[in-house]
Amino acid sequence: MNFEYAAAPESRSVVKIDPEYGHFINGKWVNGSKHFNTINPATEEVLSSISLGSAADVDAAVKAARNAFEKSWSKLSGRERGKYLFRIARIMQERAREFAVLETLDNGKPIRESRDVDVPLSAAHFFYHAGWADKLEYAGVDTTTAPHGVVGQIIPWNFPLLMLAWKVAPALATGNTVVLKPAETTSLTALLFGQVCQQAGLPDGVVNIVTGDGSTGSAIVNHPGIDKIAFTGSTEVGKLIARAVAPTNKSLTLELGGKGANIVFGDAAIDQTVEGIVNGIFFNQGHVCCAGSRLILQESIADEVLEKLKRRMDKIRVGDPLDKNTDLGAINSAEQLAKIRELTAAGEAEGAGRWSSNCALPENGFWFAPTIFTGVTQAHRIAREEIFGPVLSVLTFRTPAEAIEKANNTPFGLSAGIWSEKGSNILWATQQLRAGVIWANTFNKFDPASPFGGYKESGWGREGGRHGLSAYLKGSAK
Amino acid sequence: MSGRLEVMKTYKLYINGAFPRTESGRSYEITSNKGEFLANACLASRKDLRDAVVAARAAQSSWAKATAFNRGQIMYRIAEMLEGRSDQFAQEISLQTGSSAKESLQEVSDSVDLLVWYAGWSDKLPSLAGSTNPVSGPFYNFTVPEPLGVVGVIAPIDKPLFGFVAAIAPILVSGNTAVALASSTAPLSAISFAEVVATSDLPNGVLNVLSGQQSELAPWFASHMDIDGLDISGLPVDQHGAVKEAGVENLKRISTFTKSSEPGRILAFMEAKTVWHPIGN
Repeated sequence: MNFEYAAAPESRSVVKIDPEYGHFINGKWVNGSKHFNTINPATEEVLSSISLGSAADVDAAVKAARNAFEKSWSKLSGRERGKYLFRIARIMQERAREFAVLETLDNGKPIRESRDVDVPLSAAHFFYHAGWADKLEYAGVDTTTAPHGVVGQIIPWNFPLLMLAWKVAPALATGNTVVLKPAETTSLTALLFGQVCQQAGLPDGVVNIVTGDGSTGSAIVNHPGIDKIAFTGSTEVGKLIARAVAPTNKSLTLELGGKGANIVFGDAAIDQTVEGIVNGIFFNQGHVCCAGSRLILQESIADEVLEKLKRRMDKIRVGDPLDKNTDLGAINSAEQLAKIRELTAAGEAEGAGRWSSNCALPENGFWFAPTIFTGVTQAHRIAREEIFGPVLSVLTFRTPAEAIEKANNTPFGLSAGIWSEKGSNILWATQQLRAGVIWANTFNKFDPASPFGGYKESGWGREGGRHGLSAYLKGSAK
Repeated sequence: MSGRLEVMKTYKLYINGAFPRTESGRSYEITSNKGEFLANACLASRKDLRDAVVAARAAQSSWAKATAFNRGQIMYRIAEMLEGRSDQFAQEISLQTGSSAKESLQEVSDSVDLLVWYAGWSDKLPSLAGSTNPVSGPFYNFTVPEPLGVVGVIAPIDKPLFGFVAAIAPILVSGNTAVALASSTAPLSAISFAEVVATSDLPNGVLNVLSGQQSELAPWFASHMDIDGLDISGLPVDQHGAVKEAGVENLKRISTFTKSSEPGRILAFMEAKTVWHPIGN
């Protein structure tokens, strides 16, 4: 008996994509002098032509943001600022379907995830921070209520709208104005967000969006008129930014890479754990900085878990991201696909055992089948480097102490997972793990009220919750 | 000529609970503000710094695991030990800096009181700086502050005792261990303070004290891959950029402070850990 799913594609008629986009500066659309194409990674179809932000574009955006900070935004009461954020949240909910389809077209992620995770969480982020705007005096220990001024924000392509929300919502709630650069391959939902700002009647220049590539980001980082930089992306680029900012008075927060350990103890509930492992590494094609990319299994249950995991992986539906049944969408870009291929080739060359699920991949676009490597040692590149794709490295352990040592044996410290049915064991492991977010008997859960961010080389500062707010307020310590 | 010849103290480093000389065999002369010879202090080397970091790293996890109550008691014990030697410390400060006896005694009292103030934070700050987070879903979610690990200190040149105490107390109270460079021109107070620490039940390696030149050692503090955080309040502002740049290699948390007593000084060297667990059966 063979059960096949009928195709269940979401209609793309809900979105209108312009053939060409300008920057959103001072409340107006300003066409750039140079453009580049943005494509649908699932089909390689060109979606639109995006402005490539120059130093002059960035300068205009910073001037607009400075002007807005001084003339309008910093003069508003927190209560009034909050009401603008509530408006933005509402409009994002009203246009949720449009955002979800556009995100899936531009990014390649399954509509199920953009619809159920990215867009609702983005709106929730604005709702959450809206309520903080008039309560900043209660926000923390030794924090002030003073904003930095103009904030430059550079965000990645894996959660384009959600990362925008993580950056823009707290910045506006605390009274800063913003110059935001979306990732080169995923600008469209940020540009749609510009329309939301217009509909909300947000004062001109409070949010400015300059699209472009690394050179545009560099112009933002090095602009003397910016008071604070917030960056989410790779540790490599994060360090470049930190070096550039070091001799200046700019403050800096960084949300960088990870190599999350997902530890399964012998007493774990196996079926639930297998679902958690799948969610940990195959959610969003593994394009997740906090992905559970190193599975660390207790030897006693390793064979059973791997067998069930492979069986489950064979059920992962890879294909058209707009199909509502799709579990795993397209890899975001040719460049990222090449990186995944390079690292998985290294995994084979270094002697790990490769297994990929038996799924048909579409001919056009960028695709990678769900893959696990067994027999991975800590020295292998696939155990040390962030692959940022649907690839899981499996290691084993005998004693709990060994599990912790392996989990912490990385310069990263963003996330970790623990699977065990024994409460005291979970709390013990939680204390030992050097990571900013610990998921116990769950994985990849996010919420605006929950601080997110890394230890060690996974970054500086937190986003979300009370802890995330302080990054946008002047502190007494520098 | 009657009277006896004074027995002078040899000022050495404080590493892992012991008082070794610098491995480099180097020293430099410490004089009073009138130019009189006071002591030959150790001119600590990069290797001394590395040894101190090894000791601090080894001591860190058990110090962090000590109960907050226990850490608070030990910090208070340091204050007790310092109080009992107030006159000696005041005299030493006056000799080095030329401040009046009254001013120096005030610096010692301020140092004792500051230690007591920080001691009390050990079992209170986590309540204020942590949170339970009302997430949308059937999950229990909480955030706790944790110590960063090994923290370096470039202590201020002025206020050789108070500046040193204001730097190390907030670092140690949360469960970090420290490697601190004393005031380059007046290091004797910090070295004597190590004797106080050595008799206060602070485990070996939790505080390590070096004397030497900022210009020689600050770059090595900045680039050391096993130092997690750095307080550069004592370093001239024109050197901050270079230190911060060198610290990027392991994304060191580098801070400067202007106030001596604020919980933000403790939190600057802590990390927030957030934990999720499902609710249900």
